[in-house]
Amino acid sequence: MTSKPNSYDNILEIKDLQTSFFTKDLEVKAVDGVSFAIPKGKVLGVVGESGSGKSITSLSILRLVEEPGKIKGGEILFKGENLLEKTEAGMRKIRGNEISMIFQEPMTSLNPTFTVGQQISESYIIHEGLNKKQAKQRSIEMLKLVGIPSPEKRINQYPYELSGGMRQRVMIAMALACNPELLIADEPTTALDVTIQAQILDLFKNLQQELGMGVLLITHDLGVVAETCDYVAVMYGGQVVEYTDADTLFKSPKHPYTVGLMQSIPPHDHDIEGDLSVIKGSVPSPAEMPIGCRFAPRCPFATDLCRTKLPALETDEEGKQIRCWIYSDEWDGAPEVNIHANKERTT
Amino acid sequence: MFKFIIRRIIQTIPVLIGVSILVFSLMHLVPGDPAQIMAGESAPKEQVENIRERLGLNDPLPVQYFNYVSDAVQGDLGNSMRSGRDVTAEIGARFWVTVELAFYSTVVAVFIGLIAGVVSATKRYTFTDTAIMIIALFGLSMPNFWLGLMLIQWFAIGIDLPAWVPFISDTSWFSPSGWGSFKQIVLPVLTLGTGSAAIIARMTRSSMLDVIGQDYIRTARAKGVKERVVIYRHALKNALIPVVTVVGLQFGGLLGGAVLTETVFAVNGMGKLIIDSIQARDFPVVQGTILVVALLFVFVNLLVDIAYRYLNKRIDLD
Amino acid sequence: MSHSTEHIDNTRTAVKSPNPRLKNWNIVFRKLKKNKSAVVGGILIILFIIIAIIGPYITPYAPQTQNLVNKLQPPSGDHWFGTDNFGRDIFSRIIHGTGLTLMVGFFSVLLGATVGILLGIVAGYYGGRTDSIIMRLMDILLAFPGILLALAIVTVLGGSLVNVVIAVAISSIPVFARIVRGSTLSVKKLEYIDAMRALGASDGRIIFRHILPNITSPIIVQATLNIATAILSASGLSFLGLGAQPPQPEWGAMLSEGRNYLYNAPHVALFPGLAIVAVVLAFNMLGDGLRDAFDPKTKE
Repeated sequence: MTSKPNSYDNILEIKDLQTSFFTKDLEVKAVDGVSFAIPKGKVLGVVGESGSGKSITSLSILRLVEEPGKIKGGEILFKGENLLEKTEAGMRKIRGNEISMIFQEPMTSLNPTFTVGQQISESYIIHEGLNKKQAKQRSIEMLKLVGIPSPEKRINQYPYELSGGMRQRVMIAMALACNPELLIADEPTTALDVTIQAQILDLFKNLQQELGMGVLLITHDLGVVAETCDYVAVMYGGQVVEYTDADTLFKSPKHPYTVGLMQSIPPHDHDIEGDLSVIKGSVPSPAEMPIGCRFAPRCPFATDLCRTKLPALETDEEGKQIRCWIYSDEWDGAPEVNIHANKERTT
Repeated sequence: MFKFIIRRIIQTIPVLIGVSILVFSLMHLVPGDPAQIMAGESAPKEQVENIRERLGLNDPLPVQYFNYVSDAVQGDLGNSMRSGRDVTAEIGARFWVTVELAFYSTVVAVFIGLIAGVVSATKRYTFTDTAIMIIALFGLSMPNFWLGLMLIQWFAIGIDLPAWVPFISDTSWFSPSGWGSFKQIVLPVLTLGTGSAAIIARMTRSSMLDVIGQDYIRTARAKGVKERVVIYRHALKNALIPVVTVVGLQFGGLLGGAVLTETVFAVNGMGKLIIDSIQARDFPVVQGTILVVALLFVFVNLLVDIAYRYLNKRIDLD
Repeated sequence: MSHSTEHIDNTRTAVKSPNPRLKNWNIVFRKLKKNKSAVVGGILIILFIIIAIIGPYITPYAPQTQNLVNKLQPPSGDHWFGTDNFGRDIFSRIIHGTGLTLMVGFFSVLLGATVGILLGIVAGYYGGRTDSIIMRLMDILLAFPGILLALAIVTVLGGSLVNVVIAVAISSIPVFARIVRGSTLSVKKLEYIDAMRALGASDGRIIFRHILPNITSPIIVQATLNIATAILSASGLSFLGLGAQPPQPEWGAMLSEGRNYLYNAPHVALFPGLAIVAVVLAFNMLGDGLRDAFDPKTKE
């Protein structure tokens, strides 16, 4: 790997990101030492239950975490440059231009008092200095690109006149307007009907390949990961517990939590928020994190070591990462723990 | 939209009828015989009877009411007992004074209230926010007639202040009474507008805080929009929708508040006309003026409802 | 598993406080205690009540005692707030007026709220024709802006403090009726009200035992805030000469007298006004605090 300044292999690389929320006498570590990378033009899926810190991580990248939240430390390298060292004005040039974001709720993420056209045009006016007329023209093209029929008509409509699926297409059009190099999509299909979900996902995949941008896709839907992602980071309790390429993850998940997630996928519904019957208990609140491995209270293999000491995120020679004592030399449990035992029995 | 306007207009009809009945009853509930009052206490019985006949006071009440309304619709609200002049003419001379006073006060209140509310919301929980909200609370709790007197004291009469006080008080700045010139307008407008400014500031603040927490504000920030533009373009436009109703109601309320302000500043508007006429027991004028102010208020509310509906149409999710 | 824990949790809270309503009041009270502004308002109100009760016995001067030699004296050690045009001690008069002011505020709201609540509950509960007739009547009362309705009523009844209470009460009826109607409609939708009706409970019982206790919070908030407005309206009417009559030490009336001495004795108008501001402020602060405390969205 070359390490010349400004030459980079990863469009985005996050190192030891710490984002906390501060109340009067309490610090809640929502993101606690997250690291992962997205190679150029690849799609990284970030998976985890709600409360795992995945959304806060994505907001941290654009530095949009709101009070009382604060990014405390770490590095966010975008094209080799640390975004945390940028000025606010510098960040604004990146937002919506080089890095765009799509949010979960298409119903509430569009401003109800502006037309679709005004909202897409704004990006062109801010970042490319176009005038209103040019911006509108480009917006129409963009709407066409995301598959909205009769865009010349739609462009003058208000969000309330559009369906949920249409609104999410508008959001995508808005995000892609300035050809971003990185797109962050926070659960882009969760709020939509199943059939619409599939359409939006297809659109998403096609556009990603066409435009060659890097994508950070946040989801709790492993089915979506399987269909769209090149790499996967599994998050738990504000940390990454496993990072690997998507094929490996589905073939041989290593972390007991990942294994649990896989097993909890019902045959027809990929939603892991639904019934996590395989993994007992629930996500610990960030205010009451276990001192040891965060997953230990729910882990079927946890030992005293797991309960008292937090494992580090270890990287193997292929760049795959795992945060689990089982794979370390210090492991004090049964030497041949077969974490796939359950899975093999059920399948 | 058109349907809504029609429906809303039809809805005001029973209110108008009710208002006219109430105002009409006013004259008949007042103790004392209006004919006797008009003729004077020592007038001979015949003369009183004559007046009563002329005014139709011997007719059954429903007939009297019907006559009153049909006259009123044609612009005839009877004659003043005091001056004998047409009530419509008496009001006509003062109508615009009160409307102007209420209008200027609303404009000032909206201007101050919006700025204060937006600043307060964007600087939430800071010293500025707290200070603005405390001032607003005072503005809300102050009797406007007292505020008026204090303003007269300070800016039109002048008080002797020790030299070290960093305020200036001067007699020549503003006029303590009357209506028309800039010097005369400033103090009554401030007096009448302060309470509304406070209400609008509080309303704007909470509405802005609501909006700033919305997803679409985050979307705007994620687009790279400047914070100032996020606040004044994206947030304010949405936050204003509920504020519109308040502004409309305030304008109406100020028509009522004008009674006190006009009395304090000796402004010859409808409010002062009501008070003067109550004191002179000139009931046709009281009656007519209250009717006109109420009708004006109903009309303003109608406009506000339509405006609110128009603005709100866009945020109806289903 | 999750089922059983839920069950245990339920029973535990049930044991802790058998009455859920009582538990809510505790939460409201805790929130209220943390709200500085509300606490200040509450303390001020208690202070004013104490002043109203014991104040008249300890004032340095009788409120009606005239002393024309000492008229229009500026504030001094003898007369803290100075004297008025009859040489009466303004401080003593303000103390004596405290009770009047509080009673006018309290009784006009009590009267207005009682009628308004009844009308609102009947309108909301029975709906249909009854509802539209009552609410149209309220619309008519609301068509008179601000102080105008009270003014018209006082004109009819004649100027006195009692009539001011009645006038202000009538003009506050529609506000209560509207709020109560809205709350009644939402409570009425709850399933258990249907169940009560199916069990044969009378309308009166449902209204007073089941609906009314569930809509107390908006009523309390509105009543507190309305005392503030009522005091402002009443003092306004007295200022116009339509309420309290001299020599009653009513603050609005005192202000009205002070109006004539702005040139040579500004304190005559200053202090009664400050007194009004203080009382109204206190009720507004407490009312705001109550509203936040009753709002389930605000955190403890």
